[in-house]
Formats: sequence, structure tokens, C-alpha cells
Amino acid sequence: MVELSWKLLLNTLVQRHGRNPVRLLQMLREVQESKGWIAPEMIADLADWLGLPGSQVRGVADFYSFLHTGGPCRYRVLFSDNITDRMQGSEALLDYLCGRLLLEKGRVSEEGLVSVDTTSCTGLCDQGPGLLVNGWAIPGVTRERLDQIAELILGRRPVEQWPSDFFVIQDHIRRAGILLGSGLKPGEALRVASQRDPVSLLEQVKASGLRGRGGAGFATGLKWEACRNAPGDQRYVVCNADEGEPGTFKDRVLLSRYADLVFEGMTLCAYAIGAAEGFLYLRGEYRYLLEPLREVLNRRRAEGLLGRNILGRQGFDFDIEIHLGAGAYVCGEESALIESLEGKRGIPRNRPPYPVTQGYLQRPTTVNNVETFCAAALITHKGGDWYRSIGTPKSAGTKLLSISGDCAKPGIYEYPFGTSIRQILADCGAEDAQAVQVSGPSGRCIDATEFGRRIAFEDLPTAGSFMIFGQERDMFEVARNFVEFFAHESCGFCTPCRVGTSMLKGAMEKIAAGHGTACDLGEIEALDRVLNQAAHCGLGSAACNSTLDTLKKFRPTYERRLKSLEFEPAFDLDGALARARRMTGRDDAGAHLETEA
Amino acid sequence: MSEPVEKKLRLATTSLAGCFGCHMSFLDIDERLLELLPFIEFDRTPLTDIKHCGPCDIGLVEGGVCNAENVHVLREFRKNCKLLVALGACAATGGLPAQRNHLDLADCLQEVYVTEASLSRGGIPNDPELPLPLDKVHPIHEVVKVDYFVPGCPPSGDAIWKFLTDLLAGRSPKLGHGLISYD
Repeated sequence: MVELSWKLLLNTLVQRHGRNPVRLLQMLREVQESKGWIAPEMIADLADWLGLPGSQVRGVADFYSFLHTGGPCRYRVLFSDNITDRMQGSEALLDYLCGRLLLEKGRVSEEGLVSVDTTSCTGLCDQGPGLLVNGWAIPGVTRERLDQIAELILGRRPVEQWPSDFFVIQDHIRRAGILLGSGLKPGEALRVASQRDPVSLLEQVKASGLRGRGGAGFATGLKWEACRNAPGDQRYVVCNADEGEPGTFKDRVLLSRYADLVFEGMTLCAYAIGAAEGFLYLRGEYRYLLEPLREVLNRRRAEGLLGRNILGRQGFDFDIEIHLGAGAYVCGEESALIESLEGKRGIPRNRPPYPVTQGYLQRPTTVNNVETFCAAALITHKGGDWYRSIGTPKSAGTKLLSISGDCAKPGIYEYPFGTSIRQILADCGAEDAQAVQVSGPSGRCIDATEFGRRIAFEDLPTAGSFMIFGQERDMFEVARNFVEFFAHESCGFCTPCRVGTSMLKGAMEKIAAGHGTACDLGEIEALDRVLNQAAHCGLGSAACNSTLDTLKKFRPTYERRLKSLEFEPAFDLDGALARARRMTGRDDAGAHLETEA
Repeated sequence: MSEPVEKKLRLATTSLAGCFGCHMSFLDIDERLLELLPFIEFDRTPLTDIKHCGPCDIGLVEGGVCNAENVHVLREFRKNCKLLVALGACAATGGLPAQRNHLDLADCLQEVYVTEASLSRGGIPNDPELPLPLDKVHPIHEVVKVDYFVPGCPPSGDAIWKFLTDLLAGRSPKLGHGLISYD
């Protein structure tokens, strides 16, 4: 009977997705959600149904952190492991829950009931520590909450029946500017645009000076224009809501509270470039937003803001579908995201060609950040010149910051570009900060002497992550957390990154364990050169940033951990002989090694 | 090569957990060994049978570190050699001997000296003359600082020749195309 039930499930699922291999990841995600794991026979069956090699299906299932092929497990508890979660006590809480459940971290309990492990930042930094239970986000975890969770798990209560207040996530909007305070109503910007032709919309976006909000800052108008002009019959709009940079959660709030603005921006983009289909790629950690977002899409269809002949304009057809990710930071890179949209492993493509000419299914595709689409809607409504007048000459408009860490009021802050770090720290109650990590682990770490610097593409560019570290924080541990993150999230495709990030992690572990030497600091710098020159994508080339920044600005936190200026092994040489001593019963002088050379 | 310098460079070589294949490959530079001799003299090496290494310019180490004696020899080399070179795959990565790293050492000894019928008479040897094995085999750079790595299993005679002549001429060694293969 059990056999029949999954066969039936796969059958309906595959039919619903039109037996289309491009939808493989979505199918696997649904299997994971309903069965708690993806069994080898399910992989074989899916491969048969879709006409794919079994190895390809297996390869996709193994790539994503939230797809499990190792065995069944009814409750998978994943603690968010960002540095901000650790600062809020996540490590002790994880140990506590393991103790309550008599579990070892990372191991599934005997009867396949529960496992407890860590995962990369879940975007709940302003209300952490966060965790996911079977993919559902729970903020503000405490011992009391873990007691309740342990009871529910041991009582085998399905997660859908858990108290709903566990899952309430706050928006924490602390400072609203032109975007968060616009009050734009659904369809308002679209009405303005649909009165004019697409080219004039494009001109407005170009005139506004809007640059991509995902961090790289490419001119949005130019991107749209290039996509519009690229040869091809079908074009696509893709919204990158794979907000994976640790410390970033602004898209979570935009999608919770301003979903109409996001979809409106995507629809405007479709109008400007001539696309009929769009995708919102939602990170797996934001699974809980899927149904609310689908409701918004349905409402917009009913209101004539999506679908055929939008707002009565003949031939303006556009619809949006939501694709869910499954736990892979690298999919935030636009070409990896497109691979993932196509149901494959999220491995970045060679660029060029860029997505604007050969993106989704090798067709012209515009990929923009959630915030970029919102800004585009605003620009359409109020005009490009108005937008350009805000911010700095090279960075028009405003930027949303996700502020977390050691401050009185963590949350979302909207600032015009050009605002100083000092101003921001004063507003959120962190005047005494030791350091700020701007734009996440792949961004830059700045110390107090640099708080006069400004948020702008020409000074400190940022995708929005803003993590604050108070005087008592150990900046070495901050960098070590980021290094672990990159080693975990490296997609494994290119050797410099796959091996380099692990070597970097090894060097940091060696220093942390008190075995480090001056040589190891030199090794880190050499690794940075290799990663910078040879990594296939930005993940690898940014992997050493936090280590190098903290080495430069907080060097004593490294130096005080060093054992000597000579070389030392990372392990205890005499200890490495202990096994052989026991097996031979020897304890003579020759059976020992001095630890110091 | 340029005219002989006044003071010859002292060269030491050793094989730790290796198969002497890298040393054989060193001999594969053939008659060019004679070209080297005006510039170098050998210290501890299987060629001279000198048992301990004195102050040297260059130390070539073949093989990884699998037991306590390897540690002593490697430390002696590091202490005495200005430049320490990991010669070949085992020194650089642990190589073939490191294949035992996924096995528990106690299980290995048990299997070889106790369970296996043909060898089980003596039990696990515990003579102090025998160096104790480490629980894992390590590449040499995990135990001492290493200055240069020459990859290959073994590196070809030409690669070793290129590496040494670069070092002698004071150029940063570069093997380049044809002398490194990735198969």
C-alpha cells in the first residue's frame, strides 16, 4: 500500500507539471515536502517519467540542501547558522534541543523521527535565532520554545497543527522612504505605463539612473533595452528573490508587505521588453510566503493586472509563476538561478553570453532583484527625473538596508544613497559599534575609522546586508563564520573554489584551535590570490574578503591565537601515535613524538 | 648553464612513505647528472648513504608522513635545509599510502597481524626498533613548512631537471606546459 501511495503521488505530480523536465526541481521539492525524503526508487521513477538519465535526477536531488536522499526523517530541524544567529545564542540552543531529543547533531534519530542540524542564514537576523522545521520558518527561538517543539515532535504532531504563533514573522520596518512609503496602489503604475508605448517606459527607467539592487549595480534601463533588442521570439522576466546573502532580509519584507509592487514592477518590465512570461524565484527558506504570494497573483489576475490584454490593452499579455528554490546560495547568481529555473543543478554559466541575450531556455531574459522591480514601479509612476534627483549623482534613489547584529532596533531601513554609516548607526542605536559588515560575507568589513563612508556604488556598494558588531565581539569568529559559509555553499563545479574554500576553512580552524602560525596567515593571502584569479564565479572570488578585511583591520585577533612564528601541524603528532601505542602496548621513548619541533 | 659558482649548493634527498619512484625519476635526468655536479654536492641521500643531514641548501623529500620515523627525518630536513621541496604526489598530497586514511589504524593492524591467516603468528609487532605508524598519513606540508611542490607520480626526469636548473639559476621554478599532466 505504501508503495502504491508514492507511485500515485509521483504520477499526479508529473502529470500536473506536464512531464516537463524543466520542472524537475519543483517536482523534487514537492516529493520532499510530502514524503520527507526522496527515495532512490522515486528518483528512478521520475527519471523514467521524464525521459532523463537517473544520474541527472540524482545529481539535482543531491545538489540542493533542502532535498534529502539519505533516508526518511519526519521532522528536520535546521538552525540558521549566520553569525547574527550565533550572537543570539543559536549554538547553545541547538545543543539544548539535541539534549532534549537525545540526538547527535546531523544524525537522524533511530526510528527516522527527527534530525537537528544547521543551515545557512534563513533571513531572520532581525528576530533570530531562526530555524526551519521541514522548511517552515520559526523566528526568535528560545529554550521555552524548544521545549514546546520537542514535545510536539515526540508527540508526532504534524507541523501543520503546531500553534500558529510559532510562525509569526515581524516586518520591523523602522524607516520608510520614497519606496516603502509610496502608498502606490495595485495597478497605479501600470495604468500610467499602458497609456504610453513601451519605449517611453524604457526611456523613463534609463533617465532615472536606476541601478540593480542585487549588489552589482548594472544600469537597469540598459539591461531592459538590451533584452528588448536581443533577437528572439520569446522573452522572459525573472525576479531574483533568492535572497541568500547572510544578513539580508529586505526581500522577505518586500514580498510579505509589498508583493503588489514587486509584481507590478515585473509586469512593467514585461511591457518594456515584450515578455509574456515571468518567474519569481523564491528562496526555499521563504517557503511560507508561497501561498500568500499566489493569492496576490490570483487577485491581480482577477483585477486584469495579469493575464491576457492587461488593463484592456490589446496584446499586452503577461503572467507570473513562482518557482521555489531548495537551499543553495549560489542560485542567487543570475545564471545559476536560470539553470535552477530550468530544473538543473545551480551551477553558474560562462558569461558572456549574458542572460539578456541567452537566458532562460537560451532566450532573452531580464533578471532583476526584488527591490529593483519595486523601484521601477515607482519610477514609472513618478518619473525618471524625480527619481534621479534623490541620492547621489552615480547612485540614484534609495536603498533598503537589512540591519541586524548589535543594535537597539534591528529591521528594515530605507535611506537615500549617500547616507553615512555613522548616521545609520545612530538611527538604529549602535553608536558604539566596533565594525560593520556591509553587503554580507562577500562584501566588506569596515571599522570605526571608516564610519564616515557612505552607502553608494561609488563608495560602499551594498545589496542590503548590514551586520553590526559591538565592542565585545571577536572579529576572528565573525570571519570564521563567513568562511564556513562559503565552504558550505561552494557549488563544487570549479576546483579553485571547491578546494580553496575548504583550505581556507582548514586554515581558520587551525588558527582557532591554537595551532596557527605566521605561515598560515601567509597561506590565506596566497589562497585569496588563487581564488580571485581562478574561481568560476563571484562566490569563489569573494570567499576570502572577510578574512582579508579582518586580517587588515583586526589583526591582533588572529595573532593572539597563533602558537608560534614557526610552522606547526594542525594536529597533535604525539596523539596521532596513540592508536599504535595501544595496539602494540609500547610506551618507550621511541613511541612518542615531541609536540614542539 | 653559467660557469660554476665558487660555493657548491648542498642537496639532500630522502624518501619517507614513498616507493623510491621519485628518486628513480631523479636518476632519469641521466647524463645531465654530470652537468649538475659542478654546481651541487650531495649531503644525506640514498646515493651517498650519509645517515644524517647537515646544513643544506635544498632538501628534496619524496613520500608522505606515515610513521614516527618519517616525522623525525622530515624535521631533520626542515631544520637543515633552506629550501624544502615536496617531490611527487605522495609528498604533496599523501598519495597512495594515504589510501589507508579512511580505515581505522587499529583495524588495519588487527587485520594484517592477527586476523589474516598467513601472517598471524607473531601478533602485532611491538619492537621498539620499529617506528609506530601515525593514525593517518599526511602530506609533508601538514607537518612542516614546505617551500616548493613538484607534482607528478613521479615527476618526470625532465620536470626534475627543469625545477633544479631553475632553482640553481635563481629563477622562480615554473614547470609549464608539457611537464605537468593532469591525467
